[in-house]
Amino acid sequence: MSDTLATNVPTYPFGNAGLEPLLPDLGADGVGRVQLPTGQQAWLFTRHEHLRELLRSADFSSDFTRPGFPLIRPIPEDMPRRPDGSLIRMDPPEHTKFRRMLTPEFMIKHIRTLEPLIRQTVVVALESMRAGGQPADLVEHFALPVPSMVICHLLGVPYADHDYFQERSRILLAWSSPPEQVRDAIEEMRDYLTRLIAARRDEPGEDLISRLAAERVATGEMTEEELVGLSVLLLIAGHETTSNMIGLSTLVLLKHPEQLRQLRERPELIDDTVEELLRYLTIVRTGLTRVAVTDTEVGGHRIAAGEGVIALLSAANRDADVFPDGEEFDLHRGSHQHMAFGFGIHQCIGQPLARAELRIALSEMITRLPGLALAVAPDDVRYRDAVVFGVQRLPVTW
Amino acid sequence: MSAPLRVAVDRDACCGSGNCVRTAPEVFDQDDADGLVVLRQAEPPESEYDAVREAAYNCPAAAIEVTEP
Repeated sequence: MSDTLATNVPTYPFGNAGLEPLLPDLGADGVGRVQLPTGQQAWLFTRHEHLRELLRSADFSSDFTRPGFPLIRPIPEDMPRRPDGSLIRMDPPEHTKFRRMLTPEFMIKHIRTLEPLIRQTVVVALESMRAGGQPADLVEHFALPVPSMVICHLLGVPYADHDYFQERSRILLAWSSPPEQVRDAIEEMRDYLTRLIAARRDEPGEDLISRLAAERVATGEMTEEELVGLSVLLLIAGHETTSNMIGLSTLVLLKHPEQLRQLRERPELIDDTVEELLRYLTIVRTGLTRVAVTDTEVGGHRIAAGEGVIALLSAANRDADVFPDGEEFDLHRGSHQHMAFGFGIHQCIGQPLARAELRIALSEMITRLPGLALAVAPDDVRYRDAVVFGVQRLPVTW
Repeated sequence: MSAPLRVAVDRDACCGSGNCVRTAPEVFDQDDADGLVVLRQAEPPESEYDAVREAAYNCPAAAIEVTEP
């Protein structure tokens, strides 16, 4: 194994210093090796073309229980390593079976029917923030509650419990959390959702968890354990990503007043703006991890079975061959090839929901708050040191 | 007159991301029952060619095959 060969390799992950993703110099090829905190080494791929090849390839597995899988944070010895129900850690054919239980729920047509609810949630949050006086923390009053309320509605999780699951979600994603605390947070999330699923089985509602419990668990297609794992994933992914995107997007728009002015004048630019924000920010800064299941090649580099690879989405989304001047934010770019939602069969299933939330949240915000401004100097904005990139707080006036 | 551009989709490979429907809604749809790709026209008009090529390029599961004229 080449794990013992290379020395002087950079330590991964690189951390979140600010809006610019950190990246070591890997040369024109953009391929290198990194040292993981777990003692393993892994390949690092950063070029758009290489990520397309790697993430579409059946030669790599997402199953973190496989030997050699690159773990980017230490996990406690006694932590159960079970991919059960957590789609992002599964391979076909199990992955295909589970994903297809969800595809009709998140398809574009279905999400469109949720748009009135999303808009109402956005408007209520904005007006309540406005009524509360300024300055106000946009994260606390808008960016976090909106996606949280929407995913709660979709899943059938009572929003009244948001403090409980948001706190555990925060611990789970923070780099600074000790492994034991991460393990406890996961177990508490699982216990919480286990109780909720039992309640929904006895008294079903018009929500995804009730439907899956009745149509998939009761029929034996999915175990209850798997529904718990899937629900944990959907609850965390459903609010953390979009909420961080709303906070960061607001910051980026305020830092580009000329482009913000154009967007206010021409509201139809919102779709392109959302795509460019997704590309420019790429909040899954840690990239995607895979392990080779057979000897294979990516971009001419030979990778042995059992070697770990990391696909760095944030770097691919700034690849100059695909996005000239990619370090610049330009809402006119037409960033259709970005990989902010990943690539391959695991590409974000909730992307229609994320796009709808971002489009509606940002449009309503800039319309209803025409004087929106940062209440702190841009350099004083503090970023989250977490698996999902974001701002800790965003004090604003209007 | 040259042969038309032809589109084929592989529903077994499809992961239901909906990218193609966003890019070329005249050519692709999602099945109401399972959310997987449905081809609306296998020989789209020339005005759709660019959108179809982009949909194939951006399909995360490589489930769209385009045969150029």
